[in-house]
Amino acid sequence: MSMVGAVDAVVSYRRTRRRNTLLLGLFLIYTFVPLFYLVVASTKSNLDLFSTFGLWFASDFNLGNNLRDVFTFTNGVFGRWLLNTFLYATASALGAAFVATAAGYAFAKFHFRGRNTLFAAILGAIMIPQTALVVPIYLLLARAGLIDNPLGVILPTMVSPIGVYLMRVYIEQGVDDALLDAARIDGAGEFRIFRSIVFRLVTPAFVTVLLLAFVAAWNNYFLPLIVLSTPEYYPLTVGLSSWYQLASAGGGGQALFSIVLAGALVSIVPVIVVFLMLQRYWQGGLALGAVK
Amino acid sequence: MAAERSPASLGTADTLPVAASAVRGARRAGETAIVPYLFLAPFLLLFVAFVFAPLVYALYMSVFRDTLVGGRQFSGLANYIRAFADAKFWDGIVNLLLFGIMQVPVMLGLALLFALVLDRGLVYGRSVFRLGLFIPYAVPSVIAALIWGYLYGPAFGPFSQIARAIGLPPPDFLSDRWMLVSLANIVSWEFIGYNMVIYYAALKAIPSDLHEAAVIDGASAWQYAWRVQLPLLWPAILLTIIFSINGTLQLFNEPFLMRAAAPQVIGTSYTPNIYAYYLAAANQQYNYAAAISFVLGAVIATIAYLFTVATNRGRRGRLR
Repeated sequence: MSMVGAVDAVVSYRRTRRRNTLLLGLFLIYTFVPLFYLVVASTKSNLDLFSTFGLWFASDFNLGNNLRDVFTFTNGVFGRWLLNTFLYATASALGAAFVATAAGYAFAKFHFRGRNTLFAAILGAIMIPQTALVVPIYLLLARAGLIDNPLGVILPTMVSPIGVYLMRVYIEQGVDDALLDAARIDGAGEFRIFRSIVFRLVTPAFVTVLLLAFVAAWNNYFLPLIVLSTPEYYPLTVGLSSWYQLASAGGGGQALFSIVLAGALVSIVPVIVVFLMLQRYWQGGLALGAVK
Repeated sequence: MAAERSPASLGTADTLPVAASAVRGARRAGETAIVPYLFLAPFLLLFVAFVFAPLVYALYMSVFRDTLVGGRQFSGLANYIRAFADAKFWDGIVNLLLFGIMQVPVMLGLALLFALVLDRGLVYGRSVFRLGLFIPYAVPSVIAALIWGYLYGPAFGPFSQIARAIGLPPPDFLSDRWMLVSLANIVSWEFIGYNMVIYYAALKAIPSDLHEAAVIDGASAWQYAWRVQLPLLWPAILLTIIFSINGTLQLFNEPFLMRAAAPQVIGTSYTPNIYAYYLAAANQQYNYAAAISFVLGAVIATIAYLFTVATNRGRRGRLR
């Protein structure tokens, strides 16, 4: 009797497991269809895009030509966009992470006047929608003469209230007060303590904030769209969307579609690679946000 | 939450040797009182320049009016009154409401279901799913909209190709009737994996002895999910709901891109953010644009705040 029950349990366990795998598998297919389509479409000539089935390769493998077209179209401006995106995202992420680490340290380990009020204001700012700030930032930048200046894109994205929150929680838990006091007794200056003790202990959280800020800056669109008007300053998102609009509008007879698709492929590969390589860090960041 | 934790961390000073805390006290009281402000200064500077100042400036701009003859004139609440009577602004709000009611529950429901399945471990290839479903989050929303735009498209989109091959009329994803659904699909595609990872991390933090206790008490898998996991998951769910409402009301990138493919469906006021963009960047109506984005920001902040308060109250009531 009990043997039969156990066999039943194993059978039903296997059945559940197969059913669940099928459910998630179907959704995984849905998730990968657009990415697969992008890869397939990037290998086709403009003619084949229209004349062959979208979700399978054409006999003519045109990826090399498309990539060459992407990097040569309108005097190779795409290379500029790639470089710009990399520079903006790197500057913005490094700035956001350093500034958030210093602020998080102040909140975690010091008692000072206005601490709770300031922290509440920063927590409240997490709720302020980033894109609702874009038009006000644009108006202010226009006033300050920073329109069509890359600084107008880099500096605002260095503000990461959620980064300050994450760093505060991490430093409170991960940096021992006794260690800081020991260093103070040994005569170490405050900035020395921050640089050589605190900073080393919080490197994982620093990388998390760095990564989240990097991806946010890499994917940023609304702010650079409204602030920048010279194509040479565009990041990838703004540049590609301008080509997309050109292609959709007919583009003066230009056959642009394959260039847009290959350009899209080039611009998502670096971020996906970074994500897969550094998964330990972003999962830590998201988990911190969820478990609080 | 974090604020509550701070007294505990400061409390460790009591356990230090007297000499150390004396040194500490002396430093605190004396020349180092400025130290925390120095560490805070870079962030505060940026925060004031790019969060506080723009809001104040937008508020200031919104109570003025630029006239051709008289220059800038104080106009009080005129821009806000105009916004409340502006059908274009309300059309955008209605679009967002329809979009949010449709998209947020589906996205979060699926994310929760997948996280529960992954957490239970009753699935083959768990890490493949965990990573694979998250990948769209790494794709910029502009690129996601662009790819889906081509997939939806009537010219060489695969869905139209399949429909034509079997003799059906091609589906009109970009028509007025289906556009909100098509946009909802893009946004869900981008964020289901992201929300799933948040839930999954929260589920992993639930102690496993709770599951053992529930099994011993004879609870079914459903009962365990419903009575144990969901209440413990509530902070994470609340967080994702607020993020999703926030994201919905800010909707810009996806419809702005789709506008290129369907300009007759997505006008210049399809969402409030698109409206503010055209008012400011194309029409130079800075004062009115400032009022619109200020109303939008205030609405979002209020909804997020009310939602937090309401759910906290409801939760406390249930626990009692």
